Amino acid sequence: MGKQTPLYDAHVQASAKVVDFGGWDMPLHYGSQMKEHELVRNSAGIFDVSHMTIVDLTGDRVAEFLRYLLANNIDRLKQSGKALYSCMLNEKGGVIDDLIVYYVNDTFYRMVVNASTREKDLAWIQKQAKPFAIEINERDDLAMIAVQGPQAREKVHAVLSKLGDKKAQVSELGQFFMAMFEDDWAIARTGYTGEDGYEVMLPNQDACQFWDDCVAQGVKPAGLGARDTLRLEAGMNLYGSDMDETTSPLESALGWTVAWEPAERNFIGRDVLVEQKANGVKRKLVGLVLEEKGVLRNHQLVFIDGLEAGEITSGSYAPSLGTAIAFARVSADVGERAKVEIRGKQVDVRVVKPPFVRNGKAVI
Amino acid sequence: MSNVPSELRFTKSHEWIRLEDDGSVTIGITDHAQDLLGDLVFVETPEVGSTYATGDDCAVVESVKAASDVYSPLSGEITEVNEDLADAPEVINTDPYGKGWIFKMTLADEGEIDSLLDATAYSDQIAAEE
Repeated sequence: MGKQTPLYDAHVQASAKVVDFGGWDMPLHYGSQMKEHELVRNSAGIFDVSHMTIVDLTGDRVAEFLRYLLANNIDRLKQSGKALYSCMLNEKGGVIDDLIVYYVNDTFYRMVVNASTREKDLAWIQKQAKPFAIEINERDDLAMIAVQGPQAREKVHAVLSKLGDKKAQVSELGQFFMAMFEDDWAIARTGYTGEDGYEVMLPNQDACQFWDDCVAQGVKPAGLGARDTLRLEAGMNLYGSDMDETTSPLESALGWTVAWEPAERNFIGRDVLVEQKANGVKRKLVGLVLEEKGVLRNHQLVFIDGLEAGEITSGSYAPSLGTAIAFARVSADVGERAKVEIRGKQVDVRVVKPPFVRNGKAVI
Repeated sequence: MSNVPSELRFTKSHEWIRLEDDGSVTIGITDHAQDLLGDLVFVETPEVGSTYATGDDCAVVESVKAASDVYSPLSGEITEVNEDLADAPEVINTDPYGKGWIFKMTLADEGEIDSLLDATAYSDQIAAEE
């Protein structure tokens, strides 16, 4: 038996198929992964993402520390509550993890990192933070619930209207902003589905009530299976599949998250990335769309002009498109067409730039 | 609980087999198998006229999350495949023992049917797995 979130019993009661995910017992689906996917694209779904790791960083030198720790630049965060997506790199420019960092104030930033990388991330952050005298506080007292879909915000607003003054502040939030409250609730207009919605961080003991309140508003539970197809369609990388410590952001379609300016900002891995940028990388991450029937899967080989040119890092059937799609790491000189080998047979794929779906609509 | 019709025969690898009046057999995957796989999105059927020995992989069913081989439960020749699955693989989820059939075959040795599991033995097997 793995670790359980405060919502475990609610999942079991909702007939979830529970699977191990990075040491956690998590709901894969509640009957039909496909229906849950469609629900999030068309109305709203609720996900338990309490396995994610929330880390609060405080101290006088926390901004200085994060300028060094992260490949993206927290100086882009000017307004309280604003969020930034970044990679955390090792000295070789490999990705230790991808994360969201929220700016609360000049001495307080919150990071949300992956579940499967929790131990190594905390060890790395602690090691790098030593010279900066930062206080690092892992918030395992908090649960995290994502409500996503075109109707997600109005449903959450209806729930919040019962909860003090939260609704007024939350309904004003812009994309990628978080509102933090004194009772340890924090509500962010972020997500991992390509749809509008919120990610709600809240005390463990409040999680079940909020979940039930959302369900009472007609928001249906969605599992990690749907979360994976939604993020793939939305063109969002999954750590451990699409990038890891052996690949740099430039080889992972994450060049846009590297802040090159100002040139004097020294962040971990910078030297290697600068060299890669100057010389060009040999491999890059692209999107593939299967043009015939079948399903693309992780680790299937990609061929260009008859030669092996890389492999699929995330592949699946895309419920919103009715065909199979994938991310693949391939030779950087890839053109518009390639082939993928499925069970010994080569099939035609189109090479595209993700996302595949945005706000419910196909964009490829 | 999975539906295990008493008039069918089964394999350990979750295929069902129905003996037709003309001595041929119709084959699909069980209710338990479709439940494990989840929403089906693609089926690769065998070619009509090809022959398989017992245990050969002869078809593939793919759900959103996984691909799974379908094994020939008996030795024989493929006489018909379910063409409707190309556009509607999900009928295997909704009607695994009816519209979700995958292929039909004529047998090299009808006596082989006796080696298959009956409904009780198959029910015991899936109960033991859970």
